[in-house]
Amino acid sequence: MLRENHRGFKFDWVTIVLFLALVGFGWLNILSASHEGEIITYFNTSLPYGKQLLFIMLTIVLIGVILSIEAKFYERFASVIYIISMLSLVGLFIFGKNVNGATSWYGIGGMTFQPSEFAKFATSLAVAKYISDLQTNMKSLSDQLKTIAIIVLPAILILLQNDAGSTVVYASFFFVFYREGLQQIYLVIGVIIMLLSVISLKFGILISAGVSLIIIAALYFFMKKKRPSIVQPIIVFVLCVVFSFGVKTFYDSILKPHQKDRISLWLRLEKDPVKLQQMKKTILYNLNESEKAISSGGLKGKGFLEGTRTTGKFVPEQHTDYIFSTVGEEWGFLGSAMVVILFVSLIIRILYLAEAQKNQFSRVYGYCVASILFVHFTINTGMVMGLIPTVGIPLPFFSYGGSGLWGFAILLFIFVKLDSNKINEW
Amino acid sequence: MRKLLLLFTVVVVGLIFIARLFYLQVYNQSAYNPLEDNAIRKVYDYPKRGYVYDRNGVLLVANQPSYDVMIIPREVEPLDTIEFCNLLKITKEKFISTYKKAKHYSPRLPSVFVPQLSKKDYAVLQEKMRKFKGFYIQKRTLRDYQTSIGANVLGDIGEVNQAIINKKPYYKMGDLIGKQGIEVSYEETLRGIKGIKFIQKDRFNRDIGPYKDGIFDTLPEPGKDINITIDAQLQAYGEMLMKHKRGGIIAIEPSSGEILAMVSGPSYNPNLLVGRDRSKNYTKMHYDTIAKPLFDRSLMAQYAPGSPFKVINALIGLQEGVVTAHESFACRMGYYYGSRKLTGCHHHKSPVDMNAGIAQSCNAYFVNVYRRIVEKYDDAGEGLNVWANHAKSFGLGDFLHNDLSVGRPGRIPDGDYYDRQYGDNRWGSTYNVSNAIGQGEVEATPIQLANMVAAIANRGYYYTPHIIKSIENDTIPKQFQTKNHTTIDKKNFDPVVQGMFDVFNKGTAQSLQIPGIEICGKTGTAENFMKIDGKTTQLTDHSIFVAFAPKDNPKIAIAVFVENGYWGSRFAGRMATLMIEKFINGNITRTDLEDWILTHSLENEYKKPYSGEPFNINRGSLLQVIDNYKDEANTDDVTINTSEKPSL
Repeated sequence: MLRENHRGFKFDWVTIVLFLALVGFGWLNILSASHEGEIITYFNTSLPYGKQLLFIMLTIVLIGVILSIEAKFYERFASVIYIISMLSLVGLFIFGKNVNGATSWYGIGGMTFQPSEFAKFATSLAVAKYISDLQTNMKSLSDQLKTIAIIVLPAILILLQNDAGSTVVYASFFFVFYREGLQQIYLVIGVIIMLLSVISLKFGILISAGVSLIIIAALYFFMKKKRPSIVQPIIVFVLCVVFSFGVKTFYDSILKPHQKDRISLWLRLEKDPVKLQQMKKTILYNLNESEKAISSGGLKGKGFLEGTRTTGKFVPEQHTDYIFSTVGEEWGFLGSAMVVILFVSLIIRILYLAEAQKNQFSRVYGYCVASILFVHFTINTGMVMGLIPTVGIPLPFFSYGGSGLWGFAILLFIFVKLDSNKINEW
Repeated sequence: MRKLLLLFTVVVVGLIFIARLFYLQVYNQSAYNPLEDNAIRKVYDYPKRGYVYDRNGVLLVANQPSYDVMIIPREVEPLDTIEFCNLLKITKEKFISTYKKAKHYSPRLPSVFVPQLSKKDYAVLQEKMRKFKGFYIQKRTLRDYQTSIGANVLGDIGEVNQAIINKKPYYKMGDLIGKQGIEVSYEETLRGIKGIKFIQKDRFNRDIGPYKDGIFDTLPEPGKDINITIDAQLQAYGEMLMKHKRGGIIAIEPSSGEILAMVSGPSYNPNLLVGRDRSKNYTKMHYDTIAKPLFDRSLMAQYAPGSPFKVINALIGLQEGVVTAHESFACRMGYYYGSRKLTGCHHHKSPVDMNAGIAQSCNAYFVNVYRRIVEKYDDAGEGLNVWANHAKSFGLGDFLHNDLSVGRPGRIPDGDYYDRQYGDNRWGSTYNVSNAIGQGEVEATPIQLANMVAAIANRGYYYTPHIIKSIENDTIPKQFQTKNHTTIDKKNFDPVVQGMFDVFNKGTAQSLQIPGIEICGKTGTAENFMKIDGKTTQLTDHSIFVAFAPKDNPKIAIAVFVENGYWGSRFAGRMATLMIEKFINGNITRTDLEDWILTHSLENEYKKPYSGEPFNINRGSLLQVIDNYKDEANTDDVTINTSEKPSL
């Protein structure tokens, strides 16, 4: 390898530069979205930008610590870290602080601390540890179930704390499992489930059943060789119909009203003008304002600290979940496309490094990092641009928040450390 | 393959996001404009609206401040409602309903709570305003009419509606725009350009400071003052004469096309359309569909021009060479086609030449001339087209394209008109001999007739009649400084002008001579009909008069229409000559004539068709006499206060 010649700097500098670029640019946008009038000092800790600057500095220290710990430590202590993390999640039920309806924070002094942000890297370590075990075979059902149990545990704990957004992130481990040998059929089933859900909600169960019938029949008749008995497609069809009913019931009875609204808005299900009007004032309001802010940026944007909608604080939660709209308004198409490219580059770089690992633990962990970042980036940016339903999760490295920043920094830099140790592997 | 799934997904998502951003930010975009950004509050600074002066510099229209009480509902704190209502002179119920309405519109945005306080109420209220949180006083500018005349000329301003805003984005909700009269035709000159301040606001609509330190802000550009061609004294006099009558008077200076007076009856005091009662008064007048005070009869009413139109036929006859000034035609109390009487006539000597034909207003003479013109050509359609072209060269039969906000085209029928009605070649000149005497299909507005007379007074050309005399630091449009030539040669005007002169010497207007002024004119009496309960009923004839004076170097050309005034010299003739005397001499010597006009009303005549009773017309109608007109004139203040003499 090329880098073996440069033993003086063994960490992957591309990843580090991309990380620094995202964090730095993110902070500029938090500054823009949260400043009130004249900026006297950047260390004004009464406002988000000042706090975030403090968090960033602490992050640098934290990164130093992570990189100086022996790489083998993470693999060896993966289970312990996972158990501690799960306990911190359980502890929320007793000591947790309720913020905006979710019990996901510990309040310590004036600071708050969100353990779900740290559960991501802990779960990743545990997943990597389990899959890389010599005895684990991802093609066997029992091992699949055990692996899934590792991610379902934190997912359920977080869901119980009323933070559905963060739960969705655990779906990202699917990419990891698939890479490590999960059967092709799961991918097919996953795609079918998504399509069926959308079709049954948007067009109703009848259409959904009709579409599945046509596709199954077509597949059956074109399958010239080893055509299975007629029973098999019928069972598949029945399963499809049952699933459609399940989706409908889930949507109607289990989802909370605000979650239902988000989906109905995305699929444009709501036809009642009174309800729509009401939505326009609540969830659609955020979305409209955020889209308007992005659109108003144009090609080159209005310039740093010049965004009129940002300055007027038109987009609620702009320095946290909606931070991308600030980029859109002030830096225009050029700036926001650059952020997209930065994220895509970072994820591809991580994937490239993961594939180059000799050690399976490092590779699986790298995959976990890439998948989590990808899902966060896709959901957050897609939501702000109005492409997918509203899910309240932060944009990695960009959004305001200490726990989030630290969680992602730890997640990423454990991998950087593992990667740097590659040459020592045999 | 397994290695590529996530990589592939990441790249696809990245591309979709960039495409979406491109759509939102580049494709679906116009250049950023702070005017359209609703994160920026636009505060407008309204300039002074231009003043309006008459041709002699008399101030007619100025501005006055007006004060609206505004409310921002969510900032309202508990207050002493009784005191507040007393100050504003409203009831408590009104207070509650207005408050609810404002809150329903928007709790954060200002709405008008009580519009247009009087200066006195404002003075009292201002002292106590700080006690009422959530209310403030917004200053606006209204028109201040310095006179009670010329409502149809001066017009009024009012708030723009959504249709105007859509068409002209300069205007914003609450802006004022010309609604009638010169306020419409010189809107952009008078209004100036409003200044604008951009203020950054937050999502609660609160101001948080100037946008980009005010680099886009502009200063207002004040409206320009204008002088209009109206002679305020003459206008006031005309309106006084028109009292209790319906119709229109237009007086034009032939040498320039300037409109000296533009009277429409009935009229109203322009101050009615200012202030708090504007809407009430406007609605009342708008729904008066019988008297129609908002309908400018001098510009909009299309009447059969009657006998004054005969002079056009005389001119066309001479121009086409189908008749000479000395050729005579017999009149047997009408015109006979074979044994059929096509048109009647009144008693006068016979036969008549052109001079006597005009002076005596002989119908038979002009039917003969008209038929010769039309029949000069093989095809009646072609003949009538030639005839119509001549008539149209006097500004008849089409819009005048001048600077008045309203107008009507009138009608001069041509060959195609009758071809459409009867079919090609299926009619002849006898089908429409009424055109010879200004009845039938011919229609004209008072301003068109006045312009026609101006063209005759000028012996062959006219300037488009216009209302603008001068604009502060600007010139008046070129179109009003160019001559429009008629199709009639100058020499052909002499016998016709002589005929119009003899109308006063030995013709139908002998009683209306003005000592010391050589005046030319033509009387007119036009039959008219109205549908009552679906039945066409004849009403008393309209009284029409056109004139210009002096005969050489004319200073004034005038057309007067008085609805149902019976015959030309009875109302219209008296009024026209009084106007001329007033304009040229400055005072009236024929006070008996003036008294007669002022004491005689046609209101009874106008009520007849709506009475539901059978009624008599013309000879059978009785005149209504007003005894106390002088008291009335004083209280209504129709004269304007000016010591300046018209400069002629």
